Amino acid sequence: MKLGLVVDLDTCVGCHACGTACKQWNTSGTIGPLSDERPYEKDPSGSWLNRIRTYEVGDSPHSKTVNMPMSCMHCEDAACVTVCPTGASYKREEDGIVLIDQDKCMGCNLCSWACPYGARELDPSSGTMKKCTLCVDRIYDEQLPEAERQPACVLTCPTSSRVFGDFDDPDSEVSKLTRERAGQQLMPELGYNPVNTYLPPRNPKQQDQIKVSAMQGVKQLVNRIINR
Amino acid sequence: MHPAFSVLIFTVTSGAGYGLLAWLGAGQLLGYTQAQTTDQEIVLGVIAMVLVSIGLLSSTMHLANPKNAWRSFSRFRTSWLSREAVFAIVLYPVAALYAAAIFWQWSCINWLAGLSIVLALITLFSTSMIYASLKTIRQWNTPMVPALFMAYALSSGGLLFLAVSGLFGAFNTTLLSTVLGLVLITFALKMVYFFWQGKPQGATIQTATGFSQASVRLLDAGHSAPTFLNREFGYQIAADKLLRLRIVMTIVAFVMPLVIFYFVLQGSAVELLSVAWLMMMAGLLIERWLFFAEARHVVRLYHGDQRT
Repeated sequence: MKLGLVVDLDTCVGCHACGTACKQWNTSGTIGPLSDERPYEKDPSGSWLNRIRTYEVGDSPHSKTVNMPMSCMHCEDAACVTVCPTGASYKREEDGIVLIDQDKCMGCNLCSWACPYGARELDPSSGTMKKCTLCVDRIYDEQLPEAERQPACVLTCPTSSRVFGDFDDPDSEVSKLTRERAGQQLMPELGYNPVNTYLPPRNPKQQDQIKVSAMQGVKQLVNRIINR
Repeated sequence: MHPAFSVLIFTVTSGAGYGLLAWLGAGQLLGYTQAQTTDQEIVLGVIAMVLVSIGLLSSTMHLANPKNAWRSFSRFRTSWLSREAVFAIVLYPVAALYAAAIFWQWSCINWLAGLSIVLALITLFSTSMIYASLKTIRQWNTPMVPALFMAYALSSGGLLFLAVSGLFGAFNTTLLSTVLGLVLITFALKMVYFFWQGKPQGATIQTATGFSQASVRLLDAGHSAPTFLNREFGYQIAADKLLRLRIVMTIVAFVMPLVIFYFVLQGSAVELLSVAWLMMMAGLLIERWLFFAEARHVVRLYHGDQRT
């Protein structure tokens, strides 16, 4: 299995609900609390696993606003795992999810340096790295109804622009979407082979030219001459 | 990259310590330590290991959860940080045996000297590869980084060897010329690095966002106060300040020690070499600060940088 997310940049409205749902679920999840510093003051800070940024693509008047949520890409060739000196960072063989063993991490920050996507953040209170777990404590939980065995961000997305699934299965929804909508990886040139895939915005349909019949053409011409 | 002071101290002082140990071992093998008495050789070795220990202790200061530091010996096969930790620890008993061999005139002293040199150089190499192996930071991801780290360590270690030998009155002019040559090579290599670094290359905001055919500008970074990512990777320094620091670094780390070399070769007091060493160490601290401050991580592209 190669579990991951598809993010549709065409339909994402940048509401930050995925980030909020992520924090809400994971702060009481398997990796311990996602702690905050000065949460109610002027300069709050803290660990956050899913950041949403907004870009202007193209030049005005032909520009487009694109919202880009980014969490861990669960790379196939994950450098964050290679550089980890303690063995706290690991990639699960069975489903490809990259996780951090909170009991082994020594907080050296090297994995966050190796990650090009900014997916890893140091928890200010535990001094250990935190990252997206793909809600590993949801997707395998048999106590939950089957439809809810999905990451919190996917369940909450109001525009369904996030899809969770197995990229190894050619008939899964994520594989189909990637195929049909030319899904792409971010910064592929670094060679980490990220699993999460982004669907580029679709071009708006070209409006057909209004066809004018020969008779109408003559009428329009006559009208114009009469007006003169 | 945010320049963490503990890491600056670590790489500069332990570098000088490993360099000094390598010169001491090489002296045993090549015969130039014959000018020193046994006590003087042991003092040099102790200075080396004290510098190394200060550096290693300082390096643990930047760990956010140091109680798990012992686990860093466990991923020797994949992680350069783990390799560095293992080699650094293995060096201690070898260096202690080497000191014992000097003191009691053991016959295996050449083997221990050779092993100390090899371990010191491998540890240096492992430290430099922690930085050079990161594809996310183009300013570090170059073979020039290990070459520079070795050159800094051997220059500052060699200069310290000369300075302490000078204080002992066991001075060797041939060695002075050798270290002088090495400092010149290091100087040249750093200048090459500066020019190479200025050339635009690597990932851009286009490859980062996937919009390879259009201009891309950040509208909103998605947070109202600085985050871990901003603090760790968003370090920004004004271009004019950068230029001034580069000039100060070049003068303090290379030009002034080289001027002192000249005066010593002309017959001035060899004690001046201690001043040269202190200057080089101060200059290398600035150099290491610049090494971090000038490194631009690709995650900055997502926060609006057009290129790294």
